[in-house]
Amino acid sequence: MKGYRKYFGKKILWFVITFIVALMLNFILPRLMPGDPVAAMTAKQAQGLSEASAVKAIYDNYAREFGTNKPMTEQFVTYLKNLVHGDLGTSFSQYPRKVSDIISSAIGWTICLQFPAIIIGWLLGNLLGALAAYIRKGFDKVLMPISLFFSSVPAFGMAVALLVIFAINLKVAPISGGYGFDMIPNVSWNFVVSVIQHYQLPFWSIVSIAIGGQAVGMRSMSIYELNADYVKYARFLGIKDRKIVGYVFRNAMLPQVTGLALSIGTMVGGALVAEIIFSYPGLGTTMYQGITMADYPLISGTTLIITVMVLIATFILDIIYGFIDPRVKAAQFE
Amino acid sequence: MKNTIRQVFHSPKFVVGFCIFMSILLTMLIYPLINPGNPLQMIGLGTFAKPGTYVSMYDSVTTTEYSTFKLPDADAKRLDQILTSEDRVNMINWFSANNIDISKLNISDTQALLKLWKANYDPAIKPKGMTKAMRNYYIRLNTNINSAGNAETLSVTEVDPTTGETVEKSKISKTDYVNVDSVANVKTLPLGTDNFGRDTLKELVTACGVSIMIGLIAGAVATAIGLLLGLLAGYLGGVVDDIIMFFTNIFTVIPSFVLLILINYSIDQDQRGATTVALVIGLTSWVWTTRSVRSQVMSLRNRDHVNLSRLSGHSLPRIILTDILPYIASYVVMAFILQVSSGILAEAQLSLLGLGPKTTDVPTLGLMMNWAMLYSAHLNGSWWAYFPVILVIAFISFSLNLMNTGLDQVFNPTLRD
Repeated sequence: MKGYRKYFGKKILWFVITFIVALMLNFILPRLMPGDPVAAMTAKQAQGLSEASAVKAIYDNYAREFGTNKPMTEQFVTYLKNLVHGDLGTSFSQYPRKVSDIISSAIGWTICLQFPAIIIGWLLGNLLGALAAYIRKGFDKVLMPISLFFSSVPAFGMAVALLVIFAINLKVAPISGGYGFDMIPNVSWNFVVSVIQHYQLPFWSIVSIAIGGQAVGMRSMSIYELNADYVKYARFLGIKDRKIVGYVFRNAMLPQVTGLALSIGTMVGGALVAEIIFSYPGLGTTMYQGITMADYPLISGTTLIITVMVLIATFILDIIYGFIDPRVKAAQFE
Repeated sequence: MKNTIRQVFHSPKFVVGFCIFMSILLTMLIYPLINPGNPLQMIGLGTFAKPGTYVSMYDSVTTTEYSTFKLPDADAKRLDQILTSEDRVNMINWFSANNIDISKLNISDTQALLKLWKANYDPAIKPKGMTKAMRNYYIRLNTNINSAGNAETLSVTEVDPTTGETVEKSKISKTDYVNVDSVANVKTLPLGTDNFGRDTLKELVTACGVSIMIGLIAGAVATAIGLLLGLLAGYLGGVVDDIIMFFTNIFTVIPSFVLLILINYSIDQDQRGATTVALVIGLTSWVWTTRSVRSQVMSLRNRDHVNLSRLSGHSLPRIILTDILPYIASYVVMAFILQVSSGILAEAQLSLLGLGPKTTDVPTLGLMMNWAMLYSAHLNGSWWAYFPVILVIAFISFSLNLMNTGLDQVFNPTLRD
């Protein structure tokens, strides 16, 4: 158990450190803005507002939140205190809704969309990549350039293409939103059907890109393994092809798990932008609303939540990796 | 060196990628020579003019050079043009509302459709359930159809500015044809105009150049930082390595996408030029290069030739320049290519979020996409405003990825086919 404890202890420590740095960045970066951020933001926010009390409320809220007259360290402590209570501030564009409120209604959509999409894309991509490496010949010649091209298409581009083809031209899928615009979220058969219909296009646009990228990576990993000495040795020994292939793909999978852990941030970023195209009610669209409405607390809240989500995903992948990596396993018996 | 380059150009993947990228670059250089002018000039007053050739109506009516042709299918073509697909569907609806056999009718066959229409249509018939508005529509449609082929001549009149009277200037007959060359103003817009009425193709070519420049700057910055940190961490090891790897590990996990949003939001829109955005992208994406350079350098550090150089008392910069850099050059080039491609993508994503470079300066691929989406080009069928942009982004990164894969196979013999 010692090896595991050491491995997991290290991973947890890293998780905590990264989390703290992420918090600090989220806190400091917007405060590096030149000039008086409170006045600038109030001016941005108060455009078109004639009511003096509203402008003052905005200013006071900003001033309270930023505590501009207080030193940075004190501000950071207040920020952390609020965070512990789950208080991310009040949204400006959707006043008086709390940012944590808006985020909690959006986060489910994003997780339910991206988690299965990335996992399925990863699995299918690895399968195709492994097949391409094993079969070679025609399959590889066709599949490889197609995968590479698909992985080169930006997620939002794929989203627009699918939207135009399936929703506008073929009219087999709805154009935007997470459920029919004439519905109120509830537990009923109609609602579930509507959600599933709206789910298809965003889902497949993320999956198709993930497949491309993973297939390319898995293919070269598998080719690398297939050329390794132990494969040749195993062939000399007369071990069945099927068994060798099993070993090869297990070895090739390991770097792919690490690869997923390292690239999950980029994938999530791309998928969030793709959400905007479909006006999917997730975090991407929420963040976009925050940016267009100059709703600072909302932006800060969403970026923090996205970072935390990515950190947790990476952490989980690291833990899984610990269980499947023979090197970590071997450390148990030392 | 020469041999390496020859080897690289023997890789089919690299060559294909290189050719695609070079043809994009060439188009970028040559097209502005053929079609000079400011790419941001708003030439159209409306939004999203369709792609095609636009002939000045004024010039074609006022020109004195015309020929007379009697083309047998002229009338039919005119009718073809007048009947929109919506009209055709409505005509079919009218037939079926009046129980007329349309089983043999083809909707694109204008002649047959009109023949059936003229034989059967009667404004007095009131089909069941048809609204008054719809009946009036059919009456209007019928008038259009009947008048389309009737007037033999149209007269061109001019308003006299002093008296305000209309004076007939000339008559245009149905058989008059103008040669396109004798019309003073003809404008070909291969990709139409965008939401601001700008020539999309011209804008796209410029945007492509700016985006590639953003990618190159971002890639250069990221590669420079990554190379420096990777060399230091890998070669010096010890505390330096620990510190550098501490930050590298942290920034590998914190998504650079989030950092980009936070930083770009903090920079005021007016100060956010293309170069600034490129620098910010570069500053947030050095992590990958650092990691791979470090691991390469670590395996080189204790090689015999490096030890020999160190024992000979060579300085640190010299060892790095002559004994280490040449060995990792191929990795650095590959990392640079990937950085360029991801830099272009990052700009596009930022712009879509509304955090890209400011709009008034230069067009970028992301900004074009952003405006097309803001004006719902994808919902109103203006494919020319967004589809070429997506295609260009895809082809740029496809060519760069292909080049990268090709290089990978040249330098990693185990990956060869």
